[in-house]
Amino acid sequence: MSNHAAASLAHQHQFDDAEQQYEASTLGMWVFIVNEVMFFGAMICAYVVYRVVHPGVFEHASQQLNITLGLVNTTILITSSLTMALAVHGAQQGKRGQMLGYLLLTMVLGAAFLGIKGFEYAHKYSEGLVPGLNFTYTGPHADESQLFFSLYFALTGFHALHMVIGLGILGALFAVGARGMFSRDYHTPVEISGLYWHFVDIVWIFLFPLLYLLGLH
Amino acid sequence: MDAPETPKNYLTADYSIKSWLLTVDHKRIAVLYLVSITAMFLLGSAFAAGIRLELLTPRGDLFTSDTYNKLFTMHGIVMVFFFLIPSIPAVLGNFLVPIMIGARDLAFPKINLLSWYIYVIGATFAMFAMITGGVDTGWTFYTPYSSWVSHTNVTATAIGIFITGFSSILTGLNFIVTIHRMRAPGLTWFRMPLFIWAHYATSLVMVLGTPVIAITVALVGLERIFHLGIFNPQMGGDPILFQHLFWFYSHPAVYIMILPSMGVISELITCFSRKSIFGYSFVAISSLAIAFLGFIVWGHHMFTTGQSVYTGMIFSILSFAVAIPSAVKTFNWTATLYRGSLSFEAPMVYALCYLGLFTIGGLTGLFLATLGTDVHVHDTYFVVAHFHYIMVGGAILGYLGGLHFWWPKITGKMYPDGIARTAAIIVFIGFNLTFFPQFVLGYMGMPRRYHFYVDEFQVLNVLSTAGAGILGVGYLLPMFYFVWSLIYGKKAPANPWGATGLEWTTPSPPPTDNFAQTPVVTEDAYSYENLPVPTRASAV
Amino acid sequence: MAEHIVSARSYFAVFFALMGLTAITVAVAFNDFGAWNNFVAIAIAVTKATLVILYFMHVRYSTHLTWVMAGAGFFWTAVMIAYVMTDYVARGWIPVPIAQ
Repeated sequence: MSNHAAASLAHQHQFDDAEQQYEASTLGMWVFIVNEVMFFGAMICAYVVYRVVHPGVFEHASQQLNITLGLVNTTILITSSLTMALAVHGAQQGKRGQMLGYLLLTMVLGAAFLGIKGFEYAHKYSEGLVPGLNFTYTGPHADESQLFFSLYFALTGFHALHMVIGLGILGALFAVGARGMFSRDYHTPVEISGLYWHFVDIVWIFLFPLLYLLGLH
Repeated sequence: MDAPETPKNYLTADYSIKSWLLTVDHKRIAVLYLVSITAMFLLGSAFAAGIRLELLTPRGDLFTSDTYNKLFTMHGIVMVFFFLIPSIPAVLGNFLVPIMIGARDLAFPKINLLSWYIYVIGATFAMFAMITGGVDTGWTFYTPYSSWVSHTNVTATAIGIFITGFSSILTGLNFIVTIHRMRAPGLTWFRMPLFIWAHYATSLVMVLGTPVIAITVALVGLERIFHLGIFNPQMGGDPILFQHLFWFYSHPAVYIMILPSMGVISELITCFSRKSIFGYSFVAISSLAIAFLGFIVWGHHMFTTGQSVYTGMIFSILSFAVAIPSAVKTFNWTATLYRGSLSFEAPMVYALCYLGLFTIGGLTGLFLATLGTDVHVHDTYFVVAHFHYIMVGGAILGYLGGLHFWWPKITGKMYPDGIARTAAIIVFIGFNLTFFPQFVLGYMGMPRRYHFYVDEFQVLNVLSTAGAGILGVGYLLPMFYFVWSLIYGKKAPANPWGATGLEWTTPSPPPTDNFAQTPVVTEDAYSYENLPVPTRASAV
Repeated sequence: MAEHIVSARSYFAVFFALMGLTAITVAVAFNDFGAWNNFVAIAIAVTKATLVILYFMHVRYSTHLTWVMAGAGFFWTAVMIAYVMTDYVARGWIPVPIAQ
């Protein structure tokens, strides 16, 4: 986007021009992502510590997770990242139809992820593997297994919460975009929402091997 | 009130309540924060008064042990999370960061307003916990006491701190983006006021550290609600892991409190010495160094917990390293004073008191960073005295000094300088009388967090309580003369102190957009040598 | 705004690389490499995350500042985990006499 095109655009009063606004918004989202990385990082730190302290128990408990559903969800989320990137791609070129179509597809994939996650949660509940609500596992090391599932639900729960927020953002983008508010020259919200969505994908990229894969061998 | 022909400023732009509660002007949001944190400070001080009154006598005759536990817990929670952390960044930083870099507002004004509402909501949860019986875990929430044993309202407090954390994160995010992207033409990084450098470093700590405490208290809350074992040793958890995560934030949080204060002192010392600061770039970089090192020393809070001795050694050595950038600052301030044309208006008196108190606080920190010595004085009044020298002697004196320095800019009114100087001296005397005896008490072995003690300690405790009374007077005085100045104070000129910096080039109080036109910066910060010594407008 | 538009073709290439790596990480997990299992799993996850950050999040075409920001969170998470782990790894190295 060229400077003279940007300068003609509306921008909020605190900025000198639209370019400054764009750069500030992008940087703002990156700083927010730094904060989010630390947020999940702390939980992952707790998980890694207990994984080292109770290796056998955690591997055994991890085998209770459904690897197929985890793999399907990983595929869905990576695909949704692709569609999100293509939505941004469309926005950058001012192709409104492409942008809206891919946004919709991303939302469908995100919803599918949450649906499968909900199914997994319900299944765990019926198996009595939800600490605090219904935990009836009585095998050896029941307490340490409960620790694994506590962290599993904390990690995936906060991740799912981020997905729900992301779906809300995408829905808002779709509504605004459908009214033609974004153009080749102004699509900052689409871009920075894309950053957020990709970040949520990255969290899952780490959660999947950490939670699902460690007890397979 | 201003005459009609006076140009509107941010205070007179609109008088309705709505215009305040829905404002996106960083200056008005700073005032909102000023009012809210002052209220929290009064609350926290009331708890402190209760603690000191109880400790007047060796017996527990004023409160029960349970009540006393709640008093020191709520004193700590209110002061740390709801006063000290937002104090300078959210009030002075909010007001000054955009003005000092020549911007019209912060990068995200609505997020700035949101951060204030988040703060208020978080504080409401904490207040709710206090009204419905209080909390008794200590402000550190050590598990499993906080997650399994305590019957007090830990969950509501944890929710309050979780929520308030986001207000701090959003403030930090706003500052980082603003400082990167919105500096006036010509304002390069090494021309920025040191106040801005300090706030930049603080913001990094806020963004990197605060999410960790948020998730940690969230896990404690979940453990409490669902009876999980995340930090419970009986169920395979490890309480020391909680302390690692807690101090990963809460040690850097000390630098959230002290770094902005250091920024303020850099401004005050140069202005009232009429000299540019000695070693500008060293002082600037030392802020970043403190923020960086602050993240890798948290284990010195845990020397006696049973963490690995080798880890303790590493943490001990790294803790000593923090002394280097801190000393760089202190020595450079002192070198700035040397052969300066000093004058002693109230802000400068605060700055000089700060220098003395921060030095004592910092040096006693070295005792505590030493593994062997720490085992002796851990959990005694020595620690209490040490961190009050940093947090009160450092952070609050910096806050008060800054408030006195920029009060004419914020309100457009001068306060009586003589009584302000007296108040600063009273704070200094009261503070030392309160906390110096506690070093001795701690060294003699008086543990913290007990509401009765052996008779031998009474004399020093009486001194400490007497000092707290004097300190209270020193805190109350500014509240009176600041309010007085709003009504009767002389109108402040744009630059009452003859200081450098963009904030002094705009009228007091500034117009809503801060500057009539975007300023252009052509010289380094603190070029006092080029300025004539002003006739000070300090008299009422 | 010197905005670099990544071609749709590169997005698909990155996507297929991510899917391939997912397949590899699952396949590897079924074999037992002892202590290397965790290492391989994390290495693949880091590679995948890097691909997403560089291409989907456009960091490859962004300013140095964005590079720093993109790395900062991961760097400090790594610092946190590394330091906490020193404690858990070395905790038993000095035997502490337990009172009778």
